[in-house]
Amino acid sequence: MDVVLPTTVDEVVAARVEQPAAAVLAGGTDLMVAVNAGATRPEAVIALRTVAELATWRREDDHLVIGAGVTYGQLLRSELAELVPGLAHASRTVGSPQIRNAGTIGGNLGTSSPAGDALPVLVALGATVELAGPDGRRSLPMVEFATGPKRTALGPAEVITGVRVPVTGGAQQYRKVGVRNAMVIAVASVALSVDPGDRRVGVGLGSVGPVPLPAPEASAFAADAIDWATGTLVDPAAARRFGELVAAAASPIDDHRSTAAYRRHAVAVLAERSLRTACAPGAPDREVAA
Amino acid sequence: MTAPYVLTVNGTERTVEDAWLGESLLYVLRERLGLPGSKSGCEQGECGSCSVEVDGELVCSCLVLAASATGTAITTVEGLQPERSDFTDVQQAFVDEGAVQCGFCTPGLVMAVHDLLNRTSEPSDLEVREAISGNLCRCTGYGRVFAAVEAAVAVRRGVVS
Repeated sequence: MDVVLPTTVDEVVAARVEQPAAAVLAGGTDLMVAVNAGATRPEAVIALRTVAELATWRREDDHLVIGAGVTYGQLLRSELAELVPGLAHASRTVGSPQIRNAGTIGGNLGTSSPAGDALPVLVALGATVELAGPDGRRSLPMVEFATGPKRTALGPAEVITGVRVPVTGGAQQYRKVGVRNAMVIAVASVALSVDPGDRRVGVGLGSVGPVPLPAPEASAFAADAIDWATGTLVDPAAARRFGELVAAAASPIDDHRSTAAYRRHAVAVLAERSLRTACAPGAPDREVAA
Repeated sequence: MTAPYVLTVNGTERTVEDAWLGESLLYVLRERLGLPGSKSGCEQGECGSCSVEVDGELVCSCLVLAASATGTAITTVEGLQPERSDFTDVQQAFVDEGAVQCGFCTPGLVMAVHDLLNRTSEPSDLEVREAISGNLCRCTGYGRVFAAVEAAVAVRRGVVS
């Protein structure tokens, strides 16, 4: 076995071309669990820790480009928490402090679990996933990146370099149901973004489908239900209808963590509460302080 | 088997030789470098017993690929207490408050509490709970752990000797 420690994205791509079977290691919170359990024994590992570009983020006008190696802890603590509060909300629900210090947004995308906490937020924000490969760089809308449970549109020699998300200045929410607060995989989750500039409401649903799902009908309904001059709901009862439309967009299954019926109910409640909070007088709610 | 690599552990450069490159940092610390303070509980990042600091960040050493941690500064529970006879203020508080029962989770909790108090001198109850939320104790010792954190905070504040 070989461990490669590239320092640039080009070197990562070259290593991927040279060793197509190599595992790509970000924070280790998924790969090392499998290695420790003997579930996988990679021929080679390309570790991304030393790739400077991936560990940084930058602002480009009204967007942020967040490097794939940025951890949940950084999303939670840094200025990023102010700029993209939805990702901070979601990050705070991930694992434990130890896991949040290791796990990365790129790793969340690479694993692409239907329960990945950052992913519904990226759907709600209309994020793009930034990729680099032998043929250069490309961007994919988040909803096209995840193609199935733990399956993505990532090409064989490609690497995720980051995500591109808008800075909306509006309220963002992430709510998750699990059996306890810490160290829990989402049974169901809802991300919401209210963008006052574009007068757009984005929704992303986790753990209620093979991939994180948008809810276009619910989004359009909510955008019509908001008085954009004040950011509040014209009729507060619209929040309940919004929840029903979100539930209709879910495609949950029964499994060892929960039932389809409970998950559908849960996303309706989470969505209703999220919209109420986001549209309460005095919102946006950006409170994420750890 | 494979090429040796060097880790900087508790300020000392340690060479790891004849190791499989898929080994976790936890395994290398315990089995190759003679540092058994970090405990191996779940090997999947759930229990926190193997918590160490890598470049100042509290992480589960079981989830760190040791061979990828070259060039980082690793601090283990042994590194908190360079003189083996001395306890840190946090360790002393754990002893004084009876926060140690079987002791298996203690090194990880001590690392987590040091990490917390290095960032925040006056943590709120919620911050304490969140800081130790990744450390499982199955002797149901959390009440004593909270008391130990309170005692350590008081010591650092200079209220109690």
